[in-house]
Amino acid sequence: MQDPQILDARGATCPGPLMELIAHIKLMDVGEEVEVLTTDRGSATDIPIWLRKVGHECINMREDAGVYHIRVRKTK
Amino acid sequence: MKRILIVGGGIGGTILANNLARRLNHELHSGDVGITLLSASDRHMYQPGLLYVAFGRMTPDEIYRDQASLLEPDIAFHVDPVEEFRFEANAVRTASGKSFEYDYLAIATGSRPVAESIPGLAEHAHHVYTEAAALKTFQALRDFQGGKIVVAAAVPHKCPMVPLEITFLLHDYFQDRGLLDKVKIHYTYPINRVHSLENVAKWAAPEFDRLGISYETLFNVKEVDGAKRQVLSEEGSSVDYDLLIAIPPHKGMEVIEKNNLGKGGWIPTDRNSLRMENRDNVFVLGDTTNIATSKAGSTAHYEAEVLGENLAALVKLGSEVKTYEGKVFCFIEAGKDRATYASFDYNHPPQPQPPTQAVHWFKMAYNRLYWNSVRGLL
Ligand SMILES: Cc1cc2nc3c(=O)[nH]c(=O)nc-3n(C[C@H](O)[C@H](O)[C@H](O)COP(=O)(O)OP(=O)(O)OC[C@H]3O[C@@H](n4cnc5c(N)ncnc54)[C@H](O)[C@@H]3O)c2cc1C
Repeated sequence: MQDPQILDARGATCPGPLMELIAHIKLMDVGEEVEVLTTDRGSATDIPIWLRKVGHECINMREDAGVYHIRVRKTK
Repeated sequence: MKRILIVGGGIGGTILANNLARRLNHELHSGDVGITLLSASDRHMYQPGLLYVAFGRMTPDEIYRDQASLLEPDIAFHVDPVEEFRFEANAVRTASGKSFEYDYLAIATGSRPVAESIPGLAEHAHHVYTEAAALKTFQALRDFQGGKIVVAAAVPHKCPMVPLEITFLLHDYFQDRGLLDKVKIHYTYPINRVHSLENVAKWAAPEFDRLGISYETLFNVKEVDGAKRQVLSEEGSSVDYDLLIAIPPHKGMEVIEKNNLGKGGWIPTDRNSLRMENRDNVFVLGDTTNIATSKAGSTAHYEAEVLGENLAALVKLGSEVKTYEGKVFCFIEAGKDRATYASFDYNHPPQPQPPTQAVHWFKMAYNRLYWNSVRGLL
């Protein structure tokens, strides 16, 4: 399996992790994966909500020393 | 001789060139260093001015200066856009067919709106991201006699403050023309609050309520149906409009994609050293980096200052001395001659204060002071 792309949004406040992800997903091919890194607790809830709403997949999420790693697959 | 080549004569490239010319003044005169700037235009646009052009507060001639007049005299400046990056040869090839070699390269080619990447957006929406579009918007606003105006922001876009600013300015514009009772303003935003900055969203939402501006969040423009005058979102909702004002999605320049420097024209860049991924002597600044931060003039400005110090240090000392910590400072026009600002970096989120008239007048002054700022005099 291919390593996912990394979207390093640690410390990013504007436009912030979710908007960075929305922009990034546009450039991905269907089936590709990206791992978002964020230090923002709010994004750890907001990102899965948005993914559910538009139908992309949140594969998993883990926290490691204050950094959330959110792995996402583009499904359409 | 150490050759420093800068590609792009916008805010980032111009500040970097001038900063370096001052730091390396002695070396330039002794012939130990050469600084060359390549750009695509002989004119320099103060891009934030486009917002004011759309509302008839500035005219296009006020937002341009001759690029050469902004540069320190020792900088070799050519209007000759780069077409090919030949990293292995430490050289670029330009539109005129010339080859420019370098020891250090800095890329600051900016970004461009790509309304055409969303079906129907280019045909049916107005925006302020080019001079032609800003003038068309100006005319559309003059002609508009009433109905529903929808503001729709697509991502990514440069200057994250524009969606809010344009909305407040629309409100003022129609109030001043005595048409506000016939105009309904509806604001949409991609994430689940009215602005990416939480504290800004916290004052903007009640402000919208107070002004009678309706809003809808988690709205990413998928398509515009011009026949039905309807905007459809990725999230499955839709909204009707009489006049559609868009914040178009952006990409980096085509030359970046064509040369396979980065998907979407965004160059993979180390967020602290500003070095291009896997390239020792290539640096990137401004909109064209893929760094997860605001695509804004102030970002380019602070990055240029760090790079100026580092490139000068590389020439003089053989190593860098600074890291970019993500500093950004943005004004936010809040309508009725009030403004606030957001200042932040990777480690310090912004704490915006309530808007005041003083900050608005400071922003107005900055619209003029910009020309001193790019010369490196501020
Ligand atoms: C309406 C509007 C409002 C804005 N408001 C604000 C604001 O309030 N505050 C703020 O901080 N920012 C604001 N911005 C954003 C800001 O203008 C940009 O983020 C900033 O200009 C980016 O700087 P840059 O140096 O990366 O690119 P640019 O300033 O866009 O410069 C790019 C340069 O590269 C040159 N170029 C392009 N292709 C080539 C090539 N192939 N070879 C050589 N040269 C090339 C171009 O000619 C240009 O000179 C606003 C922008 C707009 C449009």
